[in-house]
Amino acid sequence: MSDPISALSLRATHGSVQVSDTGVHGMITLRGDLASSKIRSLCKDLVGLPAPAPREVQVKGDAAVLWMSPDELLFVLPYGSVADSLARIAKVLKGQHHLAVDVSDARTMLRVDGPFAREVIAKLAPVDLYPGAFGEGQVLRSRLGQIAAAFWMSGPQTFEVICFRSVAEYAFDLLAASAAAGPVGHFPRGT
Amino acid sequence: MRLRTNGRLVAKNRPVHFTFNGKRLQGYSGDTLASALLANDQLLVGRSFKYHRPRGLVAAGAEEPNALVELGRGDRQEPNARVTQVELFDGLAARSQNHWPSLEFDVGVINAKLSRFLPAGFYYKTFMQPQAFWKHVYEPIIRASAGLGRAPETGDDHTYEHFNVTVDVLVVGGGIAGLAAALAAGRAGARVLLVEQTSGWGGRAVVDRPSIEGISAQDWVNATLAELDAMPNVDVRLRCQGAGVFDHGYALAHERLTDHAPKQGGPRQRLWRIRAGRIVTATGAIERPLSFAYNDVPGVLLAAALRDYVVNFGVAVGERTVIVTNNDDAYRTAIALHDAGLDVPAVIDARTSAKGELPEQVRALGIKVLTNSGIASVDGGKRVTGVQVCAQDGEGTVTETIPCDCVAMSGGWSPVVHLWSHCGGKLVWDEPHAFFRPDADRPPLGADGEGFVIAVGTANGHLFTAEAIADGFSAGRKAAKVAGHTRKPGQAPMGDDVAEDALTPVWIMPAQAPYKLRSKMWLDYQNDVKVSDVQLAAQEGFQSVEHAKRYTTLGMATDQGKLSNINGLAVLSNALGEAIPRVGTTTFRPPYTPLPLAAITGVARDELFQPIRKTPVHAWHDAQGAEFEPVGQWRRPYAYPRGDETAHDAVTREVVNTRENVGLLDASTLGKLIVKGPDAGKFLDMMYTNMMSNLAVGKCRYGLMCSENGFLMDDGVVARMDDDTWLCHTTTGGADRILAHMEDWLQCEWWDWQVYVANVTEQYAQFAVVGPKARQLLQAIGGMALTKDDLPFMQWASGQIGGFDVRVFRISFSGELSYEIAVAAGQGAAFWDMLVKQGEAFGLMPYGTEALHVLRAEKGFIMIGDETDGTVIPQDLNLNWAISKKKDDFLGKRGQLRSHMVDPDRWKLVGLETVDGSVLADGAYAVAEGVNANGQRNTQGRVTSTYYSPTLKKGIAMGLVKHGPTRMGEVIAFTKEGGGFVDARIVDPVFYDKDGEKQNV
Repeated sequence: MSDPISALSLRATHGSVQVSDTGVHGMITLRGDLASSKIRSLCKDLVGLPAPAPREVQVKGDAAVLWMSPDELLFVLPYGSVADSLARIAKVLKGQHHLAVDVSDARTMLRVDGPFAREVIAKLAPVDLYPGAFGEGQVLRSRLGQIAAAFWMSGPQTFEVICFRSVAEYAFDLLAASAAAGPVGHFPRGT
Repeated sequence: MRLRTNGRLVAKNRPVHFTFNGKRLQGYSGDTLASALLANDQLLVGRSFKYHRPRGLVAAGAEEPNALVELGRGDRQEPNARVTQVELFDGLAARSQNHWPSLEFDVGVINAKLSRFLPAGFYYKTFMQPQAFWKHVYEPIIRASAGLGRAPETGDDHTYEHFNVTVDVLVVGGGIAGLAAALAAGRAGARVLLVEQTSGWGGRAVVDRPSIEGISAQDWVNATLAELDAMPNVDVRLRCQGAGVFDHGYALAHERLTDHAPKQGGPRQRLWRIRAGRIVTATGAIERPLSFAYNDVPGVLLAAALRDYVVNFGVAVGERTVIVTNNDDAYRTAIALHDAGLDVPAVIDARTSAKGELPEQVRALGIKVLTNSGIASVDGGKRVTGVQVCAQDGEGTVTETIPCDCVAMSGGWSPVVHLWSHCGGKLVWDEPHAFFRPDADRPPLGADGEGFVIAVGTANGHLFTAEAIADGFSAGRKAAKVAGHTRKPGQAPMGDDVAEDALTPVWIMPAQAPYKLRSKMWLDYQNDVKVSDVQLAAQEGFQSVEHAKRYTTLGMATDQGKLSNINGLAVLSNALGEAIPRVGTTTFRPPYTPLPLAAITGVARDELFQPIRKTPVHAWHDAQGAEFEPVGQWRRPYAYPRGDETAHDAVTREVVNTRENVGLLDASTLGKLIVKGPDAGKFLDMMYTNMMSNLAVGKCRYGLMCSENGFLMDDGVVARMDDDTWLCHTTTGGADRILAHMEDWLQCEWWDWQVYVANVTEQYAQFAVVGPKARQLLQAIGGMALTKDDLPFMQWASGQIGGFDVRVFRISFSGELSYEIAVAAGQGAAFWDMLVKQGEAFGLMPYGTEALHVLRAEKGFIMIGDETDGTVIPQDLNLNWAISKKKDDFLGKRGQLRSHMVDPDRWKLVGLETVDGSVLADGAYAVAEGVNANGQRNTQGRVTSTYYSPTLKKGIAMGLVKHGPTRMGEVIAFTKEGGGFVDARIVDPVFYDKDGEKQNV
């Protein structure tokens, strides 16, 4: 085995709003009945967080659990803990219809951080990002330019973005270009 | 000419320098290019499209049809800029268009002398015959003489961007009605975006100066803006045009950020993509020209436009201005000119009497008012020298000649209904005002079944301040309420202006004008369409307004008929003897004014034009100098040329080496879908034509997927992972499509089946190690057991190779001993490097997609997209062995039973070998005897894949041929590129290792 590498090797821009590759993360897609108590308790087990409500995300440090669809969660946890976590899921959900797969290497995680980060995303995603309509604790699966992406806010002016690994460069360059073009001034700064 | 009076927008202490056709001119900060040109007495600004007649400014806003110029040079060059919308800046360089050799002297004006040979429908009539003339005579001539600006020749180095917003209320138009709407909605607490296309707020009111709430319109506008600016829920944007309204409250607005300040950083333009609960269109109205003879001579312009130039910019067109009107509003221009110290020799009013407040004020200023009068003809060539007056109800007998250098005309107003109409809002004809206005009972409907566009103010047909401002305020309150914002916004502002008498519609001046005058009355200035042209169209049977438009080109120029449409259709309806509302308008389509392609493109250019998907080994391929080919959005290496090799040489080498030693293919792009659940087997039996439920754990099976109609849509190897889990490989382009296909069936049809699907395509890098030395290489690296007994053909196992966690599939798309090895994507590059390094000793060479194709074609393996094109069923490809007869049902089964699907005459797959060993052309047809009903040669087959086989050292091909499998050995003729035929023999499509011994060792 060699050390796993992210698609962009921690690339970053410098500017008022910074775009950076945050490296490798463990990620597990879990599909199942999200109302089941076993799946809810798995959230506590795996990342120490409560199960997220629809369109929401629970975050603690680098760990997170995201509501991805009515029957799908995404766990973000340390890369090295994926195998154990998958085993844990299999054990807890034995006999209950579900699907759990390792998608750590299939994705790229980028961070957009700065006073007009919200506008950088709004230039690219056809969704309502008005403060109040979207903020910390919520997650959106949408598009950035021409690719699928999911994003959530990990701070008042910080977005975490997930996209497929193969389009990591496109996503990075797109976000970097939008950040370089400056603020729009539509959303209040720093929100 | 610049007046001594100050314009409200210009700062005379801040001069600005610019050039027009290379001439250095001066304006002031606050000028538009239009006002600055007028200040320099540059009345002539362009030439018309067809007759190259001299053209001057007619309007002061977005409706201007004549004054289009080219701005900038090189990578900043931009054609067709409307000077009325260009704000002056230091160093601006403008050039006029559509003339040769110069603006002042244009030989194209000869077209005007020939105008009686260029009537409506000229193009249709003339260019029909003779056919050969089109290519060699007409087309080159038209190209040279037609067209406006030149397309830029270099790239554009500006930045453009999009911005997505969701608002409760979008207000388009920053006049008093729009401001009132934004104020009401903003006070109610709604999220509001207010956009205004010009660089200033207040619309006509700040020029015409009614009072609002007892203060001047300007003071009210300033106070309102201050209040809006203080609201965090309201965003107001100048230089931002509401460009289009689309379904579901989607709207586009085009913001020009640095056009007026080119030295400022940041994006040049921004396209706002707006989702609005309600859209309030406060887009105002456009004044209509009057149709009198020679109304196109420079110096004839709209009355309100002239007022704008005088009041806003302190410029005028001439010293002596004759005003011609059919309404009271134009008298304001007389007053404004008088106030500016200019001479108004007469107001010519087409009405039989003019006794309103404004006409009386004008008379009181000592200005002559001539009623029941019109202009018989305008004197002058490149500028007005006088007008000939006649009775409006007569035939144009001249009663008086008035020398003047400017004519200000007003034929009434037309509400700007474009945005209301873009998405289907209907119009009613308002007889007293003689205009079309929005029909509030038939708005464009949104998802809730309610109208989502509300037209207000003059755009809604309210020409007076009190109604306009109250209308805007009420709409803003209503729109906010729909979004749940019920806070009371207070009382609507009270507006007040002088009362006006009714207008009298005038479509031709004078009413009984003979042909000689009608053939000089311009309707469409840019496209040179005259009253006589529209009348000719009616006479020739063009009754539909849409047909007449296209026949005459009325309203088809870059201004899209903002000035000409209503006048043109009134002339048409009179000619047809129909009422105007029965003839109706042409369709209003977005955008309101042309949108630059760069703004539509936004950031999606150059490197960001489209996403390119890259495998974990992409950088290595690139470093090796691989030639890439696009496969969906992926880039895959086509071949890896070495040294001086051509791509063809490289493919040959890669094929031979793979057959003799060992090849390495980056197959990471293949789709990988995990299908899991108690019903997964049942589900896959429906998805694939063959059985997948009975596949043993650890084994692999090739499967075919069909659409409901039975056509082949994808193929790939399916592996059984455990009791209730399968891994389905799809084609490279198929992963997303097949995932969606599966989810569609699971969510919409078999929602009660317990199956989950996940796309893990990008989780793995997957490499094919292919060739007789493949096993030796992997064993040398060391790890899991890979002998024939440990891992037989069509089985898979997981383990380690060289210390990497891997999953190994014994599958082959080349006919060779082959291991496809999946490794986590993050370790893909390291694993590949190890294979390349260790493979050296075994003669390993990477191969690209073309070698992959040759290898599979030599084995007669089909490829989705080559052998299939959406019309091919598995039976056509002799794949009956992969269609289960045991299953009750699978997707496509019913389709494949239809009569045409079981027709024995369907073309079927065969191999093809040219008699002379050459390579058949891709897509070549096999010809048959005779011709079809269209006189085309009959066909009996076509080539689907064709390659030079380095292994067999000749051309090989596959194709679909009528009754092909029963015609083995027969020689048939195929078409050749560049003409002629080549003979090919029908053979078995498996050209190499028919018994499959090599892959099963």
